[in-house]
Amino acid sequence: MSLDNAPDAAFNEALIKEVLEQYPEKAAKKRGRHLNVKKTDDAGASSCGVKSNVKSVPGVMTIRGCAYAGSKGVVWGPVKDMLHISHGPVGCGHYSWSQRRNYFNGTVGIDSFVTMQITSDFQERDIVFGGDKNLDKMIDELNDLFPLNKGISIQSECPIGLIGDDIEAVAKKKHKETGKTIVPVRCEGFRGVSQSLGHHIANDAIRDWVFEKSKPEWETGPYDVNLIADYNIGGDAWPSRRLLEEMGLRVVGMWSGDATLAEMERAPKAKLNLIHCYRSMNYICRHMEEKYNIPWVEYNFFGPSQIAKSLRKIASQFDETIQANAEKVIAKYEGLVADILAKFKPRLEGKKVMLYVGGLRPRHVANAYDDLGMTIVGTGYEFGHNDDYQRTTDYVKEGTLIYDDVSGYELEKFIEKIRPDLVGSGIKEKYATQKMGVPFRQMHSWDYSGPYHGYDGFAIFARDMDLAINSPIWSKFKAPWKAA
Amino acid sequence: MPQSADKVKDHISLFKEPEYLELFASKKAQFECRPTDEAVDAQAEYTKTWEYREKNFAREIATINPAKACQPLGAVFVAAGFEGTLPYVHGSQGCVAYFRSHLARHFKEAVPIVADSMTEDAAVFGGLSNIVEGLQNAYTLYKPKMIVVSTTCMAEVIGDDLSAFIATAKEKESVPADFPVPFAHTPSFVGSHTTGYDNQMKGILNYFWDREAQLTATAGEKINIIPGFDGYAVANNREIKRYLDTMGVDYTFLGDVSDVYDTPSDGEYRMYDGGTTLDDTRAAINAKATIGLQEFCSLKTLEYVATKGQQTVAFNYPMGIGATDSFLMKVSELTGKAIPASIEKERGRLVDAITDSQAWLHGKKFAVFGDPDFTLAMSAFLMEMGAEPTHVLATNGGKEWEAKAKALLASSPFGASGQVWAGKDLWHLRSLLFTEPTDFIIGSSYGKYLEKDTGIPLIRLTFPIFDRHHHHRFPTFGYQGALRVLVEILDRVFEIADNTDISFDLTR
Repeated sequence: MSLDNAPDAAFNEALIKEVLEQYPEKAAKKRGRHLNVKKTDDAGASSCGVKSNVKSVPGVMTIRGCAYAGSKGVVWGPVKDMLHISHGPVGCGHYSWSQRRNYFNGTVGIDSFVTMQITSDFQERDIVFGGDKNLDKMIDELNDLFPLNKGISIQSECPIGLIGDDIEAVAKKKHKETGKTIVPVRCEGFRGVSQSLGHHIANDAIRDWVFEKSKPEWETGPYDVNLIADYNIGGDAWPSRRLLEEMGLRVVGMWSGDATLAEMERAPKAKLNLIHCYRSMNYICRHMEEKYNIPWVEYNFFGPSQIAKSLRKIASQFDETIQANAEKVIAKYEGLVADILAKFKPRLEGKKVMLYVGGLRPRHVANAYDDLGMTIVGTGYEFGHNDDYQRTTDYVKEGTLIYDDVSGYELEKFIEKIRPDLVGSGIKEKYATQKMGVPFRQMHSWDYSGPYHGYDGFAIFARDMDLAINSPIWSKFKAPWKAA
Repeated sequence: MPQSADKVKDHISLFKEPEYLELFASKKAQFECRPTDEAVDAQAEYTKTWEYREKNFAREIATINPAKACQPLGAVFVAAGFEGTLPYVHGSQGCVAYFRSHLARHFKEAVPIVADSMTEDAAVFGGLSNIVEGLQNAYTLYKPKMIVVSTTCMAEVIGDDLSAFIATAKEKESVPADFPVPFAHTPSFVGSHTTGYDNQMKGILNYFWDREAQLTATAGEKINIIPGFDGYAVANNREIKRYLDTMGVDYTFLGDVSDVYDTPSDGEYRMYDGGTTLDDTRAAINAKATIGLQEFCSLKTLEYVATKGQQTVAFNYPMGIGATDSFLMKVSELTGKAIPASIEKERGRLVDAITDSQAWLHGKKFAVFGDPDFTLAMSAFLMEMGAEPTHVLATNGGKEWEAKAKALLASSPFGASGQVWAGKDLWHLRSLLFTEPTDFIIGSSYGKYLEKDTGIPLIRLTFPIFDRHHHHRFPTFGYQGALRVLVEILDRVFEIADNTDISFDLTR
C-alpha cells in the first residue's frame, strides 16, 4: 500500500488476480466480474467496474440473505402496530426474531409487535395439504389475541410459493371479513438473488395492499415530508427526525422504523419524500412520484459534511424560511461537531477502513469516515445494483478495491493482505476479522450501539470507531514469549 | 442539546433526554394514530387474566414466540464438530446466512457454512447443478477434509435426492470419489433443531460405517459420546472429557465443537480447529458402547448405532447431582473403571455448597423452558435443591418428553405443583406466569420479554444467550457445572433480596 493511505490500484488489482486464481475456472470467471478497483477514464467518467445483482456462485460462502429477509427483516418487520406472520416453517422467523434492533415506542404484545416471532410453524401436513385454511384461521386467532393490532402482513417463506398456496385470496377474504389491512407478501427466500428482490416485493405490497386499500383523512400542510427507508436501527431515525423538525418540516410518516400503519397510509399526502436507504425503498418513492406527483430526494445523515449538504439539499425544495432554518440548524451544531472532531480525529486520522455491508452504507458512511480523517480503501455491497455502484463513485477514492457479493474467502484474503485499521461489516464477518487482529465494527446493527444518524449519532459513531481501533487488547494478541 | 463530545450518550441514555421524550410524545400525539392509553392499559391488564389464558391456549394454528429453531441449524452444528469439516447446505442461501448469524451471536465465533444458493430456476429444474458446482467450489476454495450436506425446506419441498445428487457430483469430479460427503435430509417442517442434530449425526456415522466402506464392527474397549445440541458445548464437552480422562476411560467424542467454537485470538483466523478426527469417527464403530448425553438429540442415531452391536445409553443432559452420578456410574459400569476419589471429592464439594445455600432455594418456584433434555435436567436439579419446577415447557417437546417430564415431577414432593407443557410457546408461558406465577424463570435470552412483561427475574442457562457474554465458556455439566448453575441462581435470588430497604442485609 502507498504511504499516504490512498488506495493503491495496482496492489489491489494484483490482489484480485491472486484471489481469483484459487477458484475453479468457471467460478473464477463468474467472480472476476464482481471484483475491481474504482477508476476514472480520460473523459472523466468514473466506474466501480463490477457486475452486480446476479446469482451468487454456489458453494463459495456468499454473505447474502434472501427475499424474506429483505421483506420481513427489513421493510415490514419494523411496522410496529401490525402483526407480521412468518408464514411457513419455524426457522426464518426464529433467526430473524428481534435481530435488527428496529427501535420503537409501544407496548409489546398489546399495541406493538416488533419484537415478536409469529409463525404458522408449518408441519409436513401443511406442505402436503397447503396452508391457506390454517392461515385463515390463524388470522382470526391473532385478531382475537391481539385486538389492538392495526393490520397483518403475511411474509411468505420458501414453501408457500412451491406448494401453490393462494395467500392473496386469503388476504382479500380476511380483509373483507375484518375490515383490517391484510398484506400478503410473496417474499419466498428462493426469489431473486439476495435480500434485494424482497425489498422490491415488499414495496409493491405497500402499493397494492396499503395505498390501494385505504383512504386516509389528513389535513395536509406545506412542509409535510415522509422520512423514507430509515429502519431506526439503534434509534437512527429519531435524531434524523429531530433535525428535520428543527428545520421546520413536519414529518408525517416515518418508514418503517417506529412506523405505524397510519404513517404508511397517509404517505401519498406528503409534499416530499426524503429517502435514506435508496436501495430498499426507491421503488415506492418512484411509484409515489408517478401516481401522486410527490418528488423524492436522496439524503445522507452520516457525518457532519453529508448532514449539512443534505439539510441544504432538502431545504432547497422549500421556501426561504426553511432554507434559513437549515442554516440555523447547521450553525447550531457546529460547536458539537468541532468538539467531536477535536476529541476523536487525532485518534483516528490516517486510519484505513474496509467496508462490506448492505443497502446504502458501503457508500453512505464513507464521508463520515472522511470527516474523521479516515480513508475507505475497500468497499462492496451484499445486494447492491448497478445504480448503487454508480453512486458509489462519488464517495470513494480512485483505486479503491470494490467487491460485489464478496465470498468469505475473498474478504478474508483482502483483509489479510490489505491489513486495514478497521473493518465494518456484519456478525458473520466479525469474529474471523478480529481473530486476525484487525479491529471490527458491525455496520448492520451498529454493533449494539447507535444511533449513528444525525449530529447526535455522529458523536457515537466517532466514539465507537475510536474504541474499536484504539482498544488496548490488540497489543496482547501475541504471547510475549513468542514476540518478534 | 442532548449530545456532547465530552460524555457521548448512546441509545441507552440519549433517548431519555428531554428533547427525545418530547419528540416521542409529539410523534405519538400527532402522527401515530395509536389506540388510547386507556385501551392499551385495559388490554395489557386483560392479557393477565385467566380468561385470556384460556383464549391463548385455545389457539390451534398461531405459534407465538416459540422456543425452537429448525432442523438444519442442528445439522450444521453437528457437522462443525468434525475435523476440518465444512458444513454445506443445499437449498436457499438466506437460511445459511441465518444459521451462521444465529450461532455466531451465541458463541461469538466465526461460523463458516456454505450454501449452494438455489433460486427460482432451481425450484423448477431441481438443484443438481447447484450441488455439482457448489461442491467443487467449496472443496477447491476451502480445502476441507469433509463436506457435510444438509437441506433447507426449499430443497425438501421440491424433493431433491441428496444421495443421487452427491453421487452425480462425484461422477462429474466435483470432489474426489473417495472424499467424504455425508448428508442428511433436514426438512424444517419436521421436528426442530434437535431433530436435525439427530439426523445429521446419523448421516455422518452412516457414511463412515456403511457407505464409504461396509465396516464390520469389532467390539473394543472404547466408548463413544454423542453430546447433542448444546449451547454450552464448548465448556461442557471439555468437562465431560476431563471426567473421562480422570477415570482413565478410552473414548471418542463424536461431533466435538469445543475447540471449533472457541478459538484463540492470536492473529490467525482458524477456519478449522479441533473436532472429532475422521479416523476416530470410522473407528467409533468398534466401540463397546455409545452414550448419548441428550436422548432427544440422538433417538435415531442411537437406534442406528445399536444395529452395529453396541450398547447404547441415553441421558437427559448430565447437569445436577443425580444426573452426574448416573452418568459417571454408567461410564464406570460400561468400562470397568472406578470413579476416582478426586471426582468424589468434587461431588462432596457440590453437596457442601448446596447444603450451605439450600435455605435460599427451598420452596422457590421456577418456570423452566428450553429443549427437552435441558428442561428435564434443570427440573431434576431444582428439585434436588429443594426448589419447585412449577412450569416445565418445551416447544419442541413431544408426547415422550411430556410423559418423561411428568414422571420426573411425580418422583419428588418438590414436583407436586409442577405442570408440563409440551409443544407450547413463550406466549403461552406468558399467560401461565401471569395466572400461576413463579419466583424465577430459567431459559434462554428469549425469556427477557417474559421478564419484562411479568417482572419475574430470568436466569439465562440455555441456548441461545445473545445478551450476556461468555456464559457458554463455563460448564454446566458435572459437579463443577452444577456448582456454577447453583451460583447463577443464587446470585439472582440475592439480587432480588437486596431490592429492599429493610432487608438490606450485609450477610446472607
